[in-house]
Amino acid sequence: MTSKTTTLALAIFGACAAVTSASAQDMEKCFGVALAGENGCAAGPGTTCAGTSTIDYQGNAWSLVPAGTCEDMAVPAAADGTERMGSLEELDRDIPA
Amino acid sequence: MTQLPDTVGIGFKRSHYDALRTTPNRLGFIEVHAENYMGDGGPPHAQLDALRRDYALSVHGVGLSIGGAGPLDTDHLARLKRVCDRYDPESFSEHLAWSSHNDAFLNDLLPLPYDDQTLATVCDHIDRLQDVIGRRMLLENPSTYVTFESSTLAETDFLHAIVGRTGCGLLLDVNNVFVSCTNHRADPRAYLADFPLAAVGEIHLGGHDAEDLPSGPLLIDSHGAAVADPVWTLYAETVAMTGPRPTLIEWDNDVPDLPVLLAEADRAATILDGVRHARAS
Amino acid sequence: MPGHLETQTAFRAALNSRDLPPGITAVGDLDRRFSVYRNTVAHTLSDALAQRFPAVQRIVGKAFFRQTARIFVADNPPRSPVLQDYGTEFPAFLADFPPAASLPYLADVALIEMARGQAYHAADAEPLSPAAVMSRIGAAPDTAQVTLHPSVRMVSSPHAAVSIWRMNQPGAAATPPPPGPETALIFRRDDASVVLPIPPDIARTVTQMQSGTPLGALGHVADADTVGTAFSTLLQNRLIVGLCHI
Repeated sequence: MTSKTTTLALAIFGACAAVTSASAQDMEKCFGVALAGENGCAAGPGTTCAGTSTIDYQGNAWSLVPAGTCEDMAVPAAADGTERMGSLEELDRDIPA
Repeated sequence: MTQLPDTVGIGFKRSHYDALRTTPNRLGFIEVHAENYMGDGGPPHAQLDALRRDYALSVHGVGLSIGGAGPLDTDHLARLKRVCDRYDPESFSEHLAWSSHNDAFLNDLLPLPYDDQTLATVCDHIDRLQDVIGRRMLLENPSTYVTFESSTLAETDFLHAIVGRTGCGLLLDVNNVFVSCTNHRADPRAYLADFPLAAVGEIHLGGHDAEDLPSGPLLIDSHGAAVADPVWTLYAETVAMTGPRPTLIEWDNDVPDLPVLLAEADRAATILDGVRHARAS
Repeated sequence: MPGHLETQTAFRAALNSRDLPPGITAVGDLDRRFSVYRNTVAHTLSDALAQRFPAVQRIVGKAFFRQTARIFVADNPPRSPVLQDYGTEFPAFLADFPPAASLPYLADVALIEMARGQAYHAADAEPLSPAAVMSRIGAAPDTAQVTLHPSVRMVSSPHAAVSIWRMNQPGAAATPPPPGPETALIFRRDDASVVLPIPPDIARTVTQMQSGTPLGALGHVADADTVGTAFSTLLQNRLIVGLCHI
């Protein structure tokens, strides 16, 4: 057994022994909510969805600005110095009622 | 393969798993959407494996696009076969609708014209599916919001022809009958009188949304509410004609706690009991 | 009379436009009635994305997410009817989405959420106990090759994407993110997909192990202590499902 192997063996066996003797988990784990979208066979979501039927996206015709927790997270400006301020323009303007 | 019992089941929602496991079993069966059990492993399969030991099972496909003009998706056929092989359900059903076009899945049950050409396509697709999964399927009548000028057959005649040519059974969605007939200003009782009731292997009951338009009500098959009273009436009239049939409560959006679903199931069970009693006397 | 395919091609095109397809009819208000189909297609696929990427939605807000999802759905419809697989291209889409350019970490948060979904549905495999691992290694750790649980994924970000993902879980408070970079080991434990922050050198080592590199050949990416720590992390989380010698 070379000394390199011995060092590896010690590290591996040390890892096994540590897990075997102590089940305590000291690393932080996160369990978020689950999960993926599911298939269904319903139509909808009902009568509240009028006016969401068409999409006209021109990259320069509108601007969207995120408005969730990113505001609380004090995200730095983009690398090119672009500011995050702006307004959410309604895409629905082009949509028949 | 046995058949679903002529009692009442509910669509299984994962949020109900724990409650279902700890509630005394008073359901005849559960139904799941096939596409939600096509992963390799994990909790969905573990849950369904466990439930399968206690419940009869209906697997309900929502994505094959049987009414699609193009050929069936062979990968998806193989996935459906895998689900059927793994769970050996008492029933497998799919929809008279299309949901894919070219390579894109649109995730909606879209309507088709009823004519000789679409009839031939749908029958080919059902033959192929039944061949692949090695079992008879039930085909569900759709909720529709528009119709096609090119249709030459009534929906009920179309279904009669499909049953005759393919030997498949039918899943009669009574809410869909009410929704479609209301939307198209047709009489749901006349529709049911023309429906091939002898082929019905399962009945669906779900809730719908309603909107008033100048041209009349628009009903939407939202599965997000309790079954409406006129649909209960229609259901009672239907099972009076067919005799008790496996009946499913569908609730897919804004899903309530399990007891609410069980109360709906009890209401259907009471109607079935009444039919059984009437037929026995 | 148009053919079946032609009818469906026109119908599908109308789902994404303001025009109605030819040949459809209704008792009146045809556009509103046809819009039930438009709305269902647009909403159910956006909803599927919102369910898969809840932290992304929380970061950008519902309005932004919904608009973004509609654009994504129109350009990248699902190729399979299995919705739990939908959204694989969404992280890359976000990375190149001009309105999200001010949130450089957003695509990496989406990668974490995608990996969690994949871990959730990955194949099942029975883990080896630490004792079984030790006995299989025997006296020759050099040639030992491990098989990791099929749910194991890794996401490395030049940003603090892991912390940002975590602070956008229900009930967590958004605070200024720490400086990046961050790496996460993602796997399934019982009924949940777990996100475990790990140091980059451990992540590199695990990636090598996952691709089949025997322990003795990990020297070029890690020293023995790092290999030991990586091994211990995997063992502790019951992620070693096979071990053989090559």
